[in-house]
Amino acid sequence: MPNLEHPAYPAADLLRLESLVPCRESQVSMLLSIFGERQQFSFPCIFIYGHTSSGKTYVMQTLLTTLQLPHVFVNCVECFTSRLLLEEILIQLQSCSSGTEQTSPVRCDTLNDFVRLFKQAVASQELQDQTLYIVLDRAEQLREMEANILPAFLRLQELTDRNVTVVLLSEIVWELFRPNMGCFEPFTMYFPDYSIGHLQKILSQNHPPEYSADFYAAYINILLGVFYMVCRDLKELRHLAALNFAKYCEPVVRGEANERDTRKLWKNIEPHLKKAMQTVYLREISSSQWERLQHVGGEAGQLKGLSAHTHVELPYYSKFLLIAAYLASYNPVRTDKRFFLKHHGKIRKTNFMKKHEKTSNHLLGPKPFPLDRLLAILYSIVDNRVAPTANIFSQVSVYLLFNLFLVSGIHQVLNVICKLINAKITSLVTLQLLSVVGQNDQLDGPRYKCTVSLDFIRAIARTVNFDIIKYLYDFL
Amino acid sequence: MRPTTRPSSARAPASLREPRIQPMKPSAVSKRKLKESSAESAESISQVQKILRERFCHHCAAGKLFGMEQQYRHLLELLKRTTVHGESNSALIIGPRGSGKTTLLNHVLKDLREMKQVRENLLEVHLNGKAPVQSDVQKGKKLCKAGKGGKFLVGEKDNCQLFMRNPFLSGLLQTNDKVALKEITRQLQLENVVGDKVFGSFAENLAFLLEALRKGDRTSSCPILFVLDEFDLFVHHKNQTLLYNLFDISQSAQTPVTVIGLTCRQDILELLEKRVKSRFSHRQIYLMNSFDFKQYIKIFKKQLSLPDEFPDESFAQKWNNNVQHLSEDKTVQDVLQKLFHHTKDLRSLHLLLMLAGSAVTVHHPLLTAADLQEASRQHSTDCKANIVHGLSVLEICLIIAMKHLNEVYDGEPFNFQMVYNEFQKFIQRKAHSMYNFEKPVVMKAFEHLLQLELVQPLERPSVRAQREYLLMKLLLDSSQIMEALQVYPNCPTDVKQWAASSLSWL
Repeated sequence: MPNLEHPAYPAADLLRLESLVPCRESQVSMLLSIFGERQQFSFPCIFIYGHTSSGKTYVMQTLLTTLQLPHVFVNCVECFTSRLLLEEILIQLQSCSSGTEQTSPVRCDTLNDFVRLFKQAVASQELQDQTLYIVLDRAEQLREMEANILPAFLRLQELTDRNVTVVLLSEIVWELFRPNMGCFEPFTMYFPDYSIGHLQKILSQNHPPEYSADFYAAYINILLGVFYMVCRDLKELRHLAALNFAKYCEPVVRGEANERDTRKLWKNIEPHLKKAMQTVYLREISSSQWERLQHVGGEAGQLKGLSAHTHVELPYYSKFLLIAAYLASYNPVRTDKRFFLKHHGKIRKTNFMKKHEKTSNHLLGPKPFPLDRLLAILYSIVDNRVAPTANIFSQVSVYLLFNLFLVSGIHQVLNVICKLINAKITSLVTLQLLSVVGQNDQLDGPRYKCTVSLDFIRAIARTVNFDIIKYLYDFL
Repeated sequence: MRPTTRPSSARAPASLREPRIQPMKPSAVSKRKLKESSAESAESISQVQKILRERFCHHCAAGKLFGMEQQYRHLLELLKRTTVHGESNSALIIGPRGSGKTTLLNHVLKDLREMKQVRENLLEVHLNGKAPVQSDVQKGKKLCKAGKGGKFLVGEKDNCQLFMRNPFLSGLLQTNDKVALKEITRQLQLENVVGDKVFGSFAENLAFLLEALRKGDRTSSCPILFVLDEFDLFVHHKNQTLLYNLFDISQSAQTPVTVIGLTCRQDILELLEKRVKSRFSHRQIYLMNSFDFKQYIKIFKKQLSLPDEFPDESFAQKWNNNVQHLSEDKTVQDVLQKLFHHTKDLRSLHLLLMLAGSAVTVHHPLLTAADLQEASRQHSTDCKANIVHGLSVLEICLIIAMKHLNEVYDGEPFNFQMVYNEFQKFIQRKAHSMYNFEKPVVMKAFEHLLQLELVQPLERPSVRAQREYLLMKLLLDSSQIMEALQVYPNCPTDVKQWAASSLSWL
C-alpha cells in the first residue's frame, strides 16, 4: 500500500522513492508536505538532526534526485573554508542550471559576492520558478567558519530574494548551533534512530543470493543480539555483518550442519562475534586481516592488534628514565622518602597508608614534576641495580661540570646541565612518552608529565627486571 | 489524478498522526463535494498553499501591521521629510528578533512609493534585500549614461525628476568597510561601475563616494536612503569609518542622506565611538511585541484567513469560516497560549502555522485543531531527549555514571577513568543483564558521546594529553536524563534502578 502521495509529483516516482527508503516513510512524507509544489515557497531553512547513520544524507539525496528537484549537495567537511564552500555551491549551481554549457571557474571571496553571483546563476529559465535546495551536510562544521556564514545561510531566502531552501544536516542538536546574537530560527526536524526491528529489516534486505532469506535473517538476528547493546550504528553493523558471514556459513559449506540447525550455527558463530567486538570493531585488526584469518582458518585473535605494537625499543637508561618519570608522575611527593631513600626515618605506617580514593592518581591522571625530582628518583632506582654504570654516568657528568665551572660562571653550568639531561629527555618527549607542562622558561626548571599507560610501563619495567608495582603508592 | 476515494487520514502513515478529530461540519461536506469537482478543488488548494507559504515563509510586505501604528507613523513622517524636503536624518529601529523591523521598513517604503507627491521623486533601487524592480533599474542606468556622459553625480535633479535612492546593506554580507563601500558604489550605479563590477581601490572608492556626495546640496540632489540591516555588525568595523562618514554626511549640508539602522541590540549606543555617537541624531524607534493574548488570537485569525481577492469565493468563505471556528476552539487556544507564553514573536507563530498549513491537501482541505496540535508537538520537542533516546545501552550506562559523579562530587569535572570506575562498580555489584565490556569498547562509546557533544571537554584536547585523563563536563541535567530513561525502549531493569539510586549504594 503506497503511503506517500503528493499531487505535485507523479505517483510512479513516489512509489519508487518509497521502495528506496525503508523505515523512513513518515519523515519523507513530512518533507514532501513541507516542500510543497515546485514553484511554491518553502521554509527558508530546515535543520535536520539525528544519530550517526540514521539516513539523513541518504534520504535527502534520494528524495531530491528521485523527484528531480534542482538541488546543490555540499559536504562542509570537504569545503573547510567559506571560500571553498561558496565556490562549490556556485559551481554546482552552474552545472544544474545548464547541462550543456561549459562551467567557467568562479571566484567568490565574500558572502557579498556570493549573493550577487547566486542571483545571476539562478536567473536562468529552469531555476527561476522552482524551489532550489541547498543541502549542507555535516553542518556542524559551519560553526568553525566565520561568524557570519551560518546566520547568512539561515536567511538566504531573504537576502537573495529567490525561492531557495537551505537544508542543514547534522548530528548535533540545534541548541549548540545558535550564535549568541541570535539568528533566523530554522524549522528543526528529527530523524529518529532505527529500532532493533528496523535494523533487522534493513540489514536483512539484501541477502546473498546463494542462501535463503530466512537463513540470512537468522544470522542478522544473532549479530544484533551480540552487538546491539554496544552499537546501533547501521553502517558499523552492516560492515560487521558482511565480514563475519563467511564464518557463519562455514558449517553449512562443510556439511556439518544444514541451514535449519540454528542452535549449532549460533554456537559456532557467537564466540567468533564476541572476539570480533574486541578486534575488528575497535579496528585493532583491519578487516582485510580479519578476512584473511577466516580464510586460512586461523584462531581469531591470534594476530597481534594495533595496540600490541605500541611498545618501542628504548635504550637502557631511557627505560629507567621513563620508569622514574612514571613514578614521579603518579606518586605523591611526600611518599618519595619512604620509597626511594634507603635509611629513611621511622614513618608511622597508619599515617602513610591513609589515602582516599579521590586522591588516587591513577584516577585523576599524572601530575607534573620538576626535573630534579626525576633525577633523584632515577639515581635512586638505577643505583640499586647497576651501580658502576650509573656511577660512570654521573661521574662523567660531574667531571664535565667541574671543568666547565672553572671556565665559566654558574649560569653557564646550569645551562649545560639542562642541555645534557634535556638531550635524553627531549627524545622521550618527541616520542610523546613525556610531555612538557607549561611552555615557560627552559632554564627555569621545566616541568614534565609522563603520558604512558600502566600496561606500557609494566612491560618496560619487566624488560629491566624492575617491579614497578612495589613502588606505586596507589597499589600499596 | 490520483484516486480520490482515499480517506483523509491516509495522507500520512497512521503511526505519525493521531486519529484526526473532525469537529467541523464543513470538512465532511467538502469531502462529499470533492468527488464532483476535484479538479477545481485541487486548484484552490494549491492556491491556498501558495498564499499561505508566501505569507509565512517569504515575508512579503502584505497584509496589516500589528501593534506598531505609532512607530509606523513616526518612520513614514521621517522618510517623507527626507524625500519631499530633502532633510538629512538618522534613526535606529531597535527590537528583538522577529519583532517586525524589516516588515515595518518595507511597509513604510511601499506606502511611500504609493503616495503621489513622493512617487514623482522616487527611484527604486532596491538592493540586496528585495528584488530590484527591473524597469526602474534600467531607467536608472539609462539615466547614468544619458545624464552626464563622463561623470554622473549622485541623483542629479535637473536631468529628470527627483529620485530617491536606497542602498540596502546587511552586516552579514558586508563584513568590512571595503566590501560595504564597493556595494554602495555598485548599488548607486556610479561611474566606476561597469555591469555589476566595481573598479578601484578602497581609498579611491571612498574618495569618489565622498566627493560625489559633497557636490550635491539640499535642494538640487536626490536624497539617498541608506538602510543598514544588522547595524550592530557594522559597529565592529575598524574605526567605524563607514558609520562615521555616513553620519557625518547626514549632519552637514551635502547631499541629503538618511541612515536607518536595524538592530536587535538594546545597548547599541554604547558600542558607538564617541565621535560617531555625537553625529547620530539619537532618534530611536523601539519595536516591542506589545500585545496581549486576545490580540494574539486576532493575529492568528488574520494570518490564516484568505484574502478577498481569492478566485474561488465559496472556498474562501468556507476556509475563513473554518478559521473563525478554529480561533474559538479550546484546544487551539491551548496550543496558542502555550506558544504565547513561550515567545511572543510572530515568527514562531508563522512557523507553527506553516507547519500546520502544509498538512492541507485535496483529501484534507480544511485545517483542524489536530493539525495545529501535531504541529505544536513537532515544534516543541526536546532535542536532547531525542538524541538520548537513540543511544545504545552502554552509552546510557556511561551517562548514568556521569550523572552519579556529578551528584557525588557536586558538579566537578570528571574524566573517562572516573566514569569507567563508576561503571565497573555497577557491573561488579549490581548488573545481571550485562557482561563485562572491555575498556577500549567503553572508550569507543565514550567518544561517541563526545562526538554528539553530550559531553564537552573543558579544554581543547591536544595531541599530547592522554584521552582517558581529559577533564569533561556533562551537558545534560539529571531531570533530563531521568525523563529520557522513562521513554527509553527496552531499558534493562537494573540499569533503571541504578539510575534512580545515586548516593544510596556507594
